[in-house]
Amino acid sequence: MPEFMTAVLGFILAMLALGLIRVLRGPADADRMMATQLIGTAGIASLLLLGTVTGVPATIDVALTLALLATFASIAFIKKGSASAPESTEGG
Amino acid sequence: MKFMLDIVTVTAISAGAFFFLAGTVGLLRFPDTLTRLHALTKADNLGLGLVVLGLLPQAGSLRGGFKLICVWLLVLLAGATVSQLIARAALANEANGQRGRPRTRARQDGSPT
Repeated sequence: MPEFMTAVLGFILAMLALGLIRVLRGPADADRMMATQLIGTAGIASLLLLGTVTGVPATIDVALTLALLATFASIAFIKKGSASAPESTEGG
Repeated sequence: MKFMLDIVTVTAISAGAFFFLAGTVGLLRFPDTLTRLHALTKADNLGLGLVVLGLLPQAGSLRGGFKLICVWLLVLLAGATVSQLIARAALANEANGQRGRPRTRARQDGSPT
């Protein structure tokens, strides 16, 4: 079972690396932001697999922190994009 | 009993890996920003959910299983909210004409899968 999980972990990391091509090519800023969201989701999945394979429970907490940070990165992108909008002056 | 749980784990994690593959291929191959967003958010959240479902029988304690489910729920909530907001920002940028380079359809043929 650990061998299978390690193989899937490598596969998901390969998918993450392929998603980086969209960061390189994406015409709009939103495309690049979506690729970073893919990094967040795939990184969380690989961290959960790694925590179960190695038996280190703190890795689950690292995955939880990564989920929070990926969300904050996307929200920062959206706030930057709507900085010229009048409703963004409420200070969030 | 353990054999059955292992079968559940292998099936769910394989399905999750397949959905991650589908999300990445959609992100690379789809022609438009909004269709790419559709492929990415739905397929990846489903893949993460299936991976979590497969890891649940391997979790040592009840508390560890609850924590896995909490990670997935947080990702679901954040992914659903952020995808709506990104789509709104992309549409606003498109309306303002602030996109960087114009898309060229010819380059889509040579993209790796």
